[in-house]
Amino acid sequence: MAKRVEQLESVVIRFAGDSGDGMQLTGGRFTSETALVGNDLATFPDFPAEIRAPAGSLPGVSGFQLHFADHDILTPGDRPDVLVVMNPAALKTNLADLPKGGTLIVDTDAFTERNLKKAGYDASPLEDGSLAGYQVHAVQLTSMTVGALKEIEGVTAREAERAKNMFALGLMSWLYGRPVDSTLEFLEKKFAKRPEIAAANIKAFNTGYAFGETSESFAVQYEVKAASLQPGLYRQITGNTALSWGLLAASKLSKLPLFLGAYPITPASSILEELAKHKAFGVRTFQAEDEIAAAGAALGASFGGSLGVTTSAGPGVVLKSETVGLAVTLELPLVIIDVQRAGPSTGMPTKPEQGDLLMVLFGRNSESPVPVLAASSPGDCFYAAIEAVRVALTYRTPVYLLSDAYLANGAEPWLVPDIAALAPIDVDFAQPNGEVFQPYARDPATLARPWAIPGTPGLEHRVGGLEKANITGSISYDPENHDLMTQLRAQKVAGVQVPALEVDHQEGADVLVLSWGGTYGPVHAGVRQVRAAGGKAAHAHLRWLNPFPSNLGDVLRSYERVLIPEMNLGQLLQLVRARYLVDAVGYNRVTGKPFKAGEIADAVEALQ
Amino acid sequence: MTLTAKDFKSDQEVRWCPGCGDYAILAAVQSFMPELGLEREKIVFISGIGCAARFPYYMQTYGMHSIHGRAPAIATGLATSRPDLSVWVVTGDGDSLSIGGNHLIHALRRNVNIKILLLNNQIYGLTKGQYSPTSEQGKVTGSTPMGSVDYPFNPLSLALGADATFVARALDTDKPGLTEVLRRAAAHKGAAFVEIFQNCNIYNDGAFDFVRDEKENRLYLKHGEPAGDTGVTHDETDFAAAFELSRVTIETHGVVPLGVFRDVQRESYDDLLAAQLANAKGDGDLQALVASGDTWQIG
Ligand code: SF4
Repeated sequence: MAKRVEQLESVVIRFAGDSGDGMQLTGGRFTSETALVGNDLATFPDFPAEIRAPAGSLPGVSGFQLHFADHDILTPGDRPDVLVVMNPAALKTNLADLPKGGTLIVDTDAFTERNLKKAGYDASPLEDGSLAGYQVHAVQLTSMTVGALKEIEGVTAREAERAKNMFALGLMSWLYGRPVDSTLEFLEKKFAKRPEIAAANIKAFNTGYAFGETSESFAVQYEVKAASLQPGLYRQITGNTALSWGLLAASKLSKLPLFLGAYPITPASSILEELAKHKAFGVRTFQAEDEIAAAGAALGASFGGSLGVTTSAGPGVVLKSETVGLAVTLELPLVIIDVQRAGPSTGMPTKPEQGDLLMVLFGRNSESPVPVLAASSPGDCFYAAIEAVRVALTYRTPVYLLSDAYLANGAEPWLVPDIAALAPIDVDFAQPNGEVFQPYARDPATLARPWAIPGTPGLEHRVGGLEKANITGSISYDPENHDLMTQLRAQKVAGVQVPALEVDHQEGADVLVLSWGGTYGPVHAGVRQVRAAGGKAAHAHLRWLNPFPSNLGDVLRSYERVLIPEMNLGQLLQLVRARYLVDAVGYNRVTGKPFKAGEIADAVEALQ
Repeated sequence: MTLTAKDFKSDQEVRWCPGCGDYAILAAVQSFMPELGLEREKIVFISGIGCAARFPYYMQTYGMHSIHGRAPAIATGLATSRPDLSVWVVTGDGDSLSIGGNHLIHALRRNVNIKILLLNNQIYGLTKGQYSPTSEQGKVTGSTPMGSVDYPFNPLSLALGADATFVARALDTDKPGLTEVLRRAAAHKGAAFVEIFQNCNIYNDGAFDFVRDEKENRLYLKHGEPAGDTGVTHDETDFAAAFELSRVTIETHGVVPLGVFRDVQRESYDDLLAAQLANAKGDGDLQALVASGDTWQIG
């Protein structure tokens, strides 16, 4: 008998289980199915840095949150509506986020005495009444999976048990009416080498789906209609993939071969891995012996006329700073990507933070200006990468592009770009013109110096870290020349053309919320909440942190109060207060988790 | 146009201390350059920091004076992305055996097509005379008034340990010997490591007199022939022989081996990477890539 179907505008689901339970895969597949429905969506994978923390332990819990809706949304959601937990540890670490009345789906088979003890429970929460305030669906997920897979030959008991995440996915797919074909195809492909495992996973998935249809525990099926997004072809994308593809696009637009120097580091490694797949695009990826060599090789390639890029996270970027300083004085293009994570030192490798802003702006010896921009969403990483390259090549300067662990792994629907419509990046290598070559003569418009690459006859020249005489580039210790060169380097970076700051103004608002980087989604969602509740607030989001857009001062001064939310202790805040003498206030939290829209709304309301 | 040594002299005034061994090495390199048979624009000299690192400024080629110890890394990026160039690294004992040790061994291990000239003077010259990783134990310097306590590196043993495919040694003032080694290094496809004994007449004068002045102590290695009284028959393709000869010193045998210790062929990093690019599947269609995977149409 068909069950009742209820319409919902949006749902937030969180899958949580042990690191070995395949929660990231489960969440990823549910996301793909959801994307095919045409919902707007945002995801937040949250996993431990340890590859396999002890099974069943609290630190070993891995989660994946997904928010999908029939309208445009900005964040993975503050709190889940539905929490799927695969063991007691997952319940313990996630229950506090589930609002009372929320739906809880539990694999009861995992609530053994041993697992309860590992999670620090004295008595089973399934039996002691502590879950009374929630809609609990106790499902014997593991045993039903193992039971269903008995007949499949060649599958061990352990392998059968491991398919329980597909049972859960099947059940959730039924509950929200998701299309299943893409998952079945995916499983067949993923386990092509072991058809019996593919069969087991498919069986588990179908059993979970059928369980939803027939079980009395689930009386209602839900539907979330497609969102009305801008027309076009969509796919979902994570920040690191978008960033990698943005670099490929920039290479194509500039007609320069891409050279990536990198050293493995969380959460940036997947950029190296993604680009390593694309040698057909003429990409050279170089896994260096260390972060220093990764940056150095990229700069060496840039000297030779390649598009030199180096990627890392904060602990690696500190090591690159001497190379960035050299690139500043050589005035050669170099793109340095910092996928920020919580620090200091090793900190929390898989967790996002915005703590590296002042480091990339100022973390070099002496006067060493570098343009800095930050991506605002997973999909925006594509465009931010192109922009970083455009400035690096146009102005012959290192450029820092900031992303973070949240953008890197988070996914959102992405309107597939029309590559042919992207503006080309013009690069003119210096050519001999019969005159003596002057390596430090400048283009009057950009103050960029000529880029003369080896192989060009007659332009043989030497560059180096020692101060250079203006125009000729010869070594110079002349006091006035050093002052002039320092000024010129600063002027060049200050003169980088960046778009004016756009303000999402609301009539009558006297509070401006100024954000930057990966917090765009939750901050804008928070501003929307304020407005929905009848409050007034304006929002502006900075892409360029150096130089600032030229209208920033005017924008700041046109509001009575300015709130700067940051996942650090107030780094942009300090810059804005110092530069514009504006009495801005901060909202600063460093929990290793993205902001919640609700806390931003509260912070704005506190200022009203 | 046939190039001569003069064509490789830049307009920069050479600023090493008068009498420094670097002058002789610069002159030998400049005289050798025409033999490469390359136009000047195809040649690049890259250095780190130190007295030796001023070298690129004096060469009328492309050049970069970079960061302390990092020249092999920078050269790796250049050589890998521009296989058409002849890339030379000029470094010192502090530059490449102390602060840049990691880059040196990895460039050698990868067999990047670069030629590394290590000007070994067993001292930090530019910072005014502190002991270096090749200074003998007990060296009294500004930073070691009671004598240094650490043991020195043997650069050749280190390079061999890193599996360098070409390892050689020469003397600053021995122009024919040095030129022959440069010739062999240039002809070698892959990483070439050349240690050049260089006298720092200001801070470590006479460090190599036992072989610079006392010519009878020079043991020129010849492939296939017995190496003096060492008991080793020299074989450039035999790792064990090369390593054994790298341990022969004035202290152990009263002689100093000079010339090519090892020369073996192994595909270079840049060639292998270029082959991967050439053989990569796909046509580099970016529009197809961005539209790949699960997609859906709206509107
Ligand atoms: S300090 Fe020594 S190595 Fe340096 S230039 Fe002077 S003599 Fe040469």
